Amino acid sequence: MSALKNFIDKQKPHFEKGGKLEKLHSIFDGLETFLFVPNATSKSGTHIHDAADTKRTMVIVILALVPALLFGMYNVGYQHFLAIGQSVGLWSEFIYGFLAVLPFIVVSYGVGLGIEFTVAQIKGHEIQEGFLVSGFLIPLIVPIDTPLWMVAVATAFAVIFAKEVFGGTGMNIFNVALVTRAFLFFAYPTFMSGDVVWVRTAQTFGLGAGTPVDGYSGATVLGQVATSEISNPQITNILGNPIGFIDGFLGFIPGSIGETSTLAILIGAAVLLITGVASWKTMFSVFAGGAILALVFNMWGPNTAAAHFPWFNHLVFGGFAFGAVFMATDPVTSARTETGKYIYGFLIGAMTIIIRVLNPGYPEGMMLAILLMNIFAPLIDYYVVEANIKRRLKRIVK
Amino acid sequence: MSKLLSEKTKQVFLVPLSKNNPITVQVLGICSALAVTAKLEPALVMGLSVTIIVAFSNLIISLLRNTIPNRIRIIVQLVVVASLVTIVSEFLKAYAYDISVQLSVYIGLIITNCILMGRLEAFAMANNPWESFVDGFGNGFGYAWILVVVAFFRELLGSGTLLGFKVIPHSFYEAGYANNGLMILPPMALIIVACVIWVHRARNKELQEK
Repeated sequence: MSALKNFIDKQKPHFEKGGKLEKLHSIFDGLETFLFVPNATSKSGTHIHDAADTKRTMVIVILALVPALLFGMYNVGYQHFLAIGQSVGLWSEFIYGFLAVLPFIVVSYGVGLGIEFTVAQIKGHEIQEGFLVSGFLIPLIVPIDTPLWMVAVATAFAVIFAKEVFGGTGMNIFNVALVTRAFLFFAYPTFMSGDVVWVRTAQTFGLGAGTPVDGYSGATVLGQVATSEISNPQITNILGNPIGFIDGFLGFIPGSIGETSTLAILIGAAVLLITGVASWKTMFSVFAGGAILALVFNMWGPNTAAAHFPWFNHLVFGGFAFGAVFMATDPVTSARTETGKYIYGFLIGAMTIIIRVLNPGYPEGMMLAILLMNIFAPLIDYYVVEANIKRRLKRIVK
Repeated sequence: MSKLLSEKTKQVFLVPLSKNNPITVQVLGICSALAVTAKLEPALVMGLSVTIIVAFSNLIISLLRNTIPNRIRIIVQLVVVASLVTIVSEFLKAYAYDISVQLSVYIGLIITNCILMGRLEAFAMANNPWESFVDGFGNGFGYAWILVVVAFFRELLGSGTLLGFKVIPHSFYEAGYANNGLMILPPMALIIVACVIWVHRARNKELQEK
């Protein structure tokens, strides 16, 4: 470690003002502060200093995402070999999934960081760290069969129009990863919904050749519920065998790469909560909002499959858990007041269930619900602060 | 010709094309810019219709400007604009029925286009007929070229066609290319207009707010 530190310190003068690589200063600075906490501290004003700066916080979020990613890779392989009717063992399945998912990560980081580095160079400021997490989230929230060039276009769109035009990391109104997902969803709907994109049936880098077995259907659970004509359908896996709550909780179901396993997501949630990076208030109230509204629909809802889908199933199928843990808690786009977090989270959960149940066009509502509440987060904060001021003013008058 | 277009008249024509463009600088007439730009053809027809209507209503109002009582001037302006819009609308129905169906209410809604009232109030009421006429053309073209640029990108990327002709080769689709469905939806028109404004301001520093 200290050898690396010495090496970096030795290179530093080249990138300072007057050095021969002065133009690349922002890139050097970005890499250096990524590896080591910078020594510089603010010179003016009063600041509370914490050992963990933004880059360290981002790394914790990435660590929390790793279980979901690893399980996602495994599940991609598992679903593939299930679909083509071969049984090859855990490691082969994982390697297949690893090779299938890796290009998404490369494309997402390549495009996103490419734009970030370019913008930082042009504007001459430091490289902002926000894309570290966004770039990791994007591969986890797309179907495995999304063409890579679409991911690249959507990532570029989101980084430029959802982030850089607002002023970069910390200034964006919308969650960048979700804007990527929304762009894909509206621009290329046939690649982002339906029942052929969630399970890769083709071979990947020469691995896993085969054709799907008879009776194969790649529809997601929520897709099955949305297209069901009876109010109490039997949900099945891709081979038509019935599945239930526990399969959704463990994650052996088709879906976007990282969203299927509620268990892996909860491990990530534990990491985020123990380190204090994410707010338990937001997380808890998203689940509460979803559960309460789904229960209401269960009891008094219209006579459709989505309305009568048991409330506990709503929480483990689709992107609900992933959105609640990793998207709703985004510190930039969520509400910042403590009371506001309860309201913000509750409305996300409730809105998700409303979209799922009342709009058959959208089997999944998590993405749209979070983007919608991103808009309202500043408004919620404003009224929470106003209410606080009023309460305290009353106290003075007395 | 040199007498026809004096230096001042030339400026009256050129300024609305860029430095004082009705869409990118004054941000007027945005609603129709969103509605008719999914395809290039309706955008061209819309741009042309607005140009003709602005030019001739400017001319007529400028001719009448000294006789219009100040208190009812908006009504007089509306009558003139409404008559011109009706003429254009009937003309389109007669000679270009398909496009008039595509444009539907938006031809009629030219009456409420902010560019029209803006030019009549701000220019035609205070200038001579010839300059008002040129001003109308300038603003009409300023509006039209933005529409055409927006529609060009929306049709090319959203449908893979231009003026209805396929321009993206079939081999592209076979290689995995897909049309961008978001381009057909109205929000994308706003984003493309925003990009035009972005480029425009980057090139004209005096337009940037402090």
